[in-house]
Amino acid sequence: MKYFRLVWAGLWRKKARTILTMLSIVVAFFLFGVLQGVNQGINEVVNNLNVDRLYTSAKSNMVDGIPIAYRDRIKSVPGVLHVSHWTFFGGYYKEAKNAIPAFATDARELFAIYREIKIKPEYLDAMERTRTGVLVSEQLADQYGWKIGDRIPLGTSIWTNKEGSNTWYFDLVGTFDASEFGGGFPSFYINFDYYDEAKAFGQGVVHYYIVRIDDPRNAVSIAKAIDTQFENSMNETRTQTESQLQQTQIKQIADINFIVNAIVGAVFFTLLFLTANTMMQSIRERIPELAVLKTLGFSDNKVLVLVLVEACVLCIIAALVGLAIAAAAFPGLKVILGNLPMPPIVVIMGVALAVGLALVSGLPPAIRAQRLNIVDALASR
Amino acid sequence: MNTFSQIAAVTAMNLRSLPQRVGTSLVIVIGIAGVVGVLISVLAMSTGMLKTLTSAGRDDRAIVLRNGSAAEAASTLTLDAVRTIGDAAGVRRTADGKPIMSAEAFRVLTVYKREDGSEANIAVRGVGPQVTTLRPELKIVEGRMFEPALTEVIVGQSAHRQFRGLDVGDTIRTRGANWKVVGIYSTGDAHDSELMADIEALVSAENRGARYQSVTVKLESPRAFSAFKDSLTSNPALSVDVWRESEYYAQQSKAIGQIISTVAYVVGGIMAIGAVFSALNTMYSAVSARVREIATLRALGFGAAAMVISVLVEALLLAAIGGGIGALAAWLFFHGRTASTSASVFGHLIFELTVNAELVIIGIVVACAIGLIGGLFPAIRAARLPVVDALRAV
Repeated sequence: MKYFRLVWAGLWRKKARTILTMLSIVVAFFLFGVLQGVNQGINEVVNNLNVDRLYTSAKSNMVDGIPIAYRDRIKSVPGVLHVSHWTFFGGYYKEAKNAIPAFATDARELFAIYREIKIKPEYLDAMERTRTGVLVSEQLADQYGWKIGDRIPLGTSIWTNKEGSNTWYFDLVGTFDASEFGGGFPSFYINFDYYDEAKAFGQGVVHYYIVRIDDPRNAVSIAKAIDTQFENSMNETRTQTESQLQQTQIKQIADINFIVNAIVGAVFFTLLFLTANTMMQSIRERIPELAVLKTLGFSDNKVLVLVLVEACVLCIIAALVGLAIAAAAFPGLKVILGNLPMPPIVVIMGVALAVGLALVSGLPPAIRAQRLNIVDALASR
Repeated sequence: MNTFSQIAAVTAMNLRSLPQRVGTSLVIVIGIAGVVGVLISVLAMSTGMLKTLTSAGRDDRAIVLRNGSAAEAASTLTLDAVRTIGDAAGVRRTADGKPIMSAEAFRVLTVYKREDGSEANIAVRGVGPQVTTLRPELKIVEGRMFEPALTEVIVGQSAHRQFRGLDVGDTIRTRGANWKVVGIYSTGDAHDSELMADIEALVSAENRGARYQSVTVKLESPRAFSAFKDSLTSNPALSVDVWRESEYYAQQSKAIGQIISTVAYVVGGIMAIGAVFSALNTMYSAVSARVREIATLRALGFGAAAMVISVLVEALLLAAIGGGIGALAAWLFFHGRTASTSASVFGHLIFELTVNAELVIIGIVVACAIGLIGGLFPAIRAARLPVVDALRAV
């Protein structure tokens, strides 16, 4: 610690150069923080998903649908506590480009399964009383300025209703707060019974059953028990846990891990060069000073450590600044991850990376400093 | 000496001394190569995807969807509507007077990748009997075409390459039918990621009644489009949207293309800022290494402009070399590589990353911009150097 001022002074020997080097490292770690943050954030969301929820869909493909009559048979499987369901309605508000993620469901059971989603009990009561009712997320209600009591027209190009119209009207009876769930929770729920009765064709089909089970440890066996019930029937099923379901979906969009690693790799390779060069230059200019240090009795190894510490200080300060900016920018990524702070693991990874960067880029100049011959160096040979 | 010959002389001298500063100069080159490489690679994704999607559309074909449908998946058309569309003005007909059209619907099929077994959704498209006349680009490359009304499918070559269980002779189980793979086809566009089957066989296997999602027709000529569109939109019995096929695919791919470009420019932009700092760093040290030389030249009567330009030229040259290396690396590593995404109207879309001249130009322009900014301030410093102090220094 007593040498800290020496290191510090060495670092700021050429202010402009140090600041510019730091700024490049800051930018690199900002990028690292954001990309790795999104990557880890998604992993975290997937891994923290509720393990007591199962999703049953048609084995051939989700869009094929399974009969609503399966509900009671699923409910009779030992270990199953609640069963609700999702049927994709789709639709748009006013114009086709304002797509609304509307789903038909059994609301009371649904919110008994998704306990992290906050809804007032009176809204659920109102939903039960109002056949044409709809529950929307607070976010969606804010987006379109909907208030409780509003009648919302929803256009659809698929589901003509029995009156032959493509516009359905729903009464907003309540809102819910899904921010705990993270991104991707459907935000517009209508009553399945009403929807199933009012549509002109395709009755009695749901896309997903969502099942809450008593003990997460039994997830695999319960999923198997559900699927076995419907084996060799017209509508075979596939039951997955929540994290399996999300993993398949995320993986289908893109291999995020690969992209992040490729970009971060390119950035750090570049950076390694820059930092190594800065340290090299700085040592070259300081050769006489280092020789003086050695003359004063600093051992070769001590000089080596001093140079390495200087590189570490440079990289770690800059890395922390970059990560701090990334953490501050993180709420801007709400669309992807919901209200998730930057995962702390990213900071740890970042600091480790900064130390690695400092050691790799600082080692060649440090070794050069270590091997300096006092007489030659003082004579500037 | 006039200004131009001064500039030429100083710049030439400067460039000749470059080899002595390889280490610092490499920082600029590699920094910019990194930025350009990442930028071009990510843009190559959107370019490849757009190419695959838009080449599926032709000017002499039109696609009809139910009114208000943003995409095929959200559209339904009845048999009556399909007949009316076939009778509309502007539709080309075969020798025996039948309209060249294909009423289509698709179902989604879960398939598994050959390499790691991960699952994906691809489309099985039911197509009408005229499909090969409608789409002459469709060629059977292995096996044969499916027979009408039989549960037989042909597989697009990209889908065949990427997923298991789609070889000729394999059987694909879906609800209500077992489909026999009888051929592999190629269209050279987005349809290569799909499977095709007879529409009647598909509809009867689905057992949901005669419901179609879209109708694609061949027009008498690209100019017949407005006549065709008018005759459908003026018909009160129909409520449909009519698109020229090329415009439909261009519009469908716009959103996803924009997302990828945004990612490319945001990430590339952040990296570019980092590269500007490292370019500044390099050029400042290049200038400070030449302090004595610059002061001497100034004392001899060389103008400030010559100093500024010589530094800028050096920065630009290094930046352009970096940009070139980055573009080359992106081309070597990524051009022609297969990628896929499910975030498209086609379900799973398989495409090749494409690095074209346009992207290389974008890359070089970005590289030069970084070089210019990174060189400007050090150049000004070189010009402003107080001659006397600089000569005395060192």
